[in-house]
Amino acid sequence: MKTFYIVIGVVAVVGAAALWWMMKRPTSVEIPIDVVIQASDTAGFSGYYIGSQDALIEVSEYGDYQCPFCQSFAVVQFPTIKSRLVDVGLVRWRFRDFPLDGSHPHARMAAHSAACADDQGRYWEAHEAIYHGQPVWTLERNAAGTFRGYMQQLGLDLPEYDACMGDTRYAGRIEASRQEGIRLGVNSTPSFVMNGRLFAARGMNYDFLRALTDSLQQVAAAGE
Amino acid sequence: MKYRMAAALLSLVGVFVSSYLYLYKIGKIGTMACGTGGCETVQTSEWARFLGIEVSLLGLLGYLGLFLVALAGLQPPLVARRGVALLLVAMSGLGVAFAFYLTVLEVFVIHAICYWCVGSAVIILLVLAASLLDLRRTPALESESVAPHPS
Repeated sequence: MKTFYIVIGVVAVVGAAALWWMMKRPTSVEIPIDVVIQASDTAGFSGYYIGSQDALIEVSEYGDYQCPFCQSFAVVQFPTIKSRLVDVGLVRWRFRDFPLDGSHPHARMAAHSAACADDQGRYWEAHEAIYHGQPVWTLERNAAGTFRGYMQQLGLDLPEYDACMGDTRYAGRIEASRQEGIRLGVNSTPSFVMNGRLFAARGMNYDFLRALTDSLQQVAAAGE
Repeated sequence: MKYRMAAALLSLVGVFVSSYLYLYKIGKIGTMACGTGGCETVQTSEWARFLGIEVSLLGLLGYLGLFLVALAGLQPPLVARRGVALLLVAMSGLGVAFAFYLTVLEVFVIHAICYWCVGSAVIILLVLAASLLDLRRTPALESESVAPHPS
């Protein structure tokens, strides 16, 4: 009987130590903030686009994946805008990363995860999955595994994804995007830029864009 | 008694396996040691919750309950009690049924295999086997304890 309790004690100590070690070990790469932006980071890349190049208007969204307002916009507003305006060729959408590192520690990693999905042609699916899962991963100490799980569900080539995340391939691109937003006057997320004019979150919604595209179509029709 | 000891030891291992899964789920462990990536897929799927509760937490509580019952059942006043053996069989039987349900989901619905979940399913199956063997020997012990000593 004494041997049994010794075995139980050993298993308990080893198990607890293993869990403690796994909780304490560094488990994922950090996406650097103070990265030096190289010309190659932005060469041929000006954002993530969806929609026709011939659309009447182009909207640039500066978003942070961990920002609740961005999540609300992505989950509530954007699907309507996409189906009724983007998919029918009226609006072209451009997403730019604007991570607010001070208050959102996972934002840059989320942006990098989506960038690595873009490598495999699945950016917008990853964008949607990360925003939909935000209420879950925002509470996590380290969300890298959760993001990887989303990518697995999307059918990405995981070794390629891991390699992309491991060498922080798009850290410079993300920082360049943020600095571009700062130059344009972005100081909150989500912010939108259309024809050089900056709109805060409340200024951008489906009704506004619908009215704008309708009026542009009327102007075009009157000119014909 | 050795079967009850085995049930206690296996349940303790189950406590740590399910703790690992739960700690991952609540974000205390960044990435899982799971070569296939299937663990993240399963853990981030909608099936990772049952009746609004994390499945891994249910597993943790279940294994903890089994461990405590088995440990209590090893104490002299309870060691020959058939009720303890029956309780162990009922609890581990429920665990096996739940593990079977989760494994079916992994294979046919989620289409991903989490090795840690499979490991947990094997552990609960072994706990049930040990509990059944313990139940089989318990009536004999009870009859021994009530039989009159030869004078």
